[in-house]
Amino acid sequence: MDFSWMAWTWPTAIFFMTILALLVGMAVWEYVSPGGNPRVGVLRFETTRGDRLFVSLLGSAFINLAWLGLVGPNLWWALALSVVYAIGVFRYV
Amino acid sequence: MDKTWNNKAWFMVLPVLLLVAFSAVIPLMTVVNYSVQDTFGNNQFFWAGTEWYQEMLHSERFHTALLRNLLFSFTILAIEVPLGILIALNMPRKGWGVPVCLVLMALPLLIPWNVVGTIWQVFGRVDIGLLGRTLSQLGIHYNYVQNPLHAWITVIVMDVWHWTSLVVLLCYAGLVSIPDAFYQAAKIDGASRWAIFRYIQLPKMNRVLLIAVLLRFMDSFMIYTEPFVVTGGGPGNSTTFLSIDLVKMAVGQFDLGPAAAMSIIYFLIILALSWVFYTVMTSYDAER
Repeated sequence: MDFSWMAWTWPTAIFFMTILALLVGMAVWEYVSPGGNPRVGVLRFETTRGDRLFVSLLGSAFINLAWLGLVGPNLWWALALSVVYAIGVFRYV
Repeated sequence: MDKTWNNKAWFMVLPVLLLVAFSAVIPLMTVVNYSVQDTFGNNQFFWAGTEWYQEMLHSERFHTALLRNLLFSFTILAIEVPLGILIALNMPRKGWGVPVCLVLMALPLLIPWNVVGTIWQVFGRVDIGLLGRTLSQLGIHYNYVQNPLHAWITVIVMDVWHWTSLVVLLCYAGLVSIPDAFYQAAKIDGASRWAIFRYIQLPKMNRVLLIAVLLRFMDSFMIYTEPFVVTGGGPGNSTTFLSIDLVKMAVGQFDLGPAAAMSIIYFLIILALSWVFYTVMTSYDAER
């Protein structure tokens, strides 16, 4: 099938493949350890690991937008900050 | 009874997953793809990177449309939710009044958005509209075509007229599900009207109110047709909400890249605010 009319680019393809890999990883994690590991963290309400992934991805999107708006177009540091933020969310939220 | 785990059941949701992928996920991915490219038509695209996002983040036009939309959403929530609760509390619980009230409440919800817009567009006109004509004969200089404040009041009143019924019906459903035993216990304790509302009715309506607030917030944040038909985004840009601005950019100016970047930022804001509303209200529910 020809998808050239959709004008896909490698950077966007890599972006979506990363999201897909994260979702597959979460599904495997759930298969190995079912139940979603619910717990009450620093936000004082119960979250599962799916909630923590959602908070990580949404927060990362805003970190990247804030970086673009306040610092500049080089997003590698924003990406590093997002990884640190995601680790923090999975550890403490 | 033990739960039965059968992972083959996941295949049952495969058709809906495919449908959602085709109708929602892939179009969203396409928007992300457009947001990092530029086009001059003829299906030729050029890589633009994060340029459109930067442009949007520094665009005064986007900032003012966003602020306008937030102001609109919070204003209609502040009016529709208390008003909806008040009406639901005063609706009859038995007798012939119940179906009459329910039908009257459901009527505005059945009218399509563009028809509601047209009704209010004509209703508010100073030359032929009942509202506009009556107000001007009372000596009130009302003109939603020229005065931004009047345009705002018209759009807000129109939204309240159209959507308060939804809050009323949801609250009413919550209220009728409360067993009589609760009211009898409150009567024995000598509870005041306010105490009954605060400790019996409001907690029982919490879940439906969550749905009402979420639906009204998301709908009002995406509002397009009604204000577009009534004011066309004017006077000036005073009622140009995000979706109206987005359509102007994507369809009117054919700036697909900036419009796609704006859509993504718009989507992320809706997602974040809806998540905050949902989390705050469900946590409050869980605490109780």
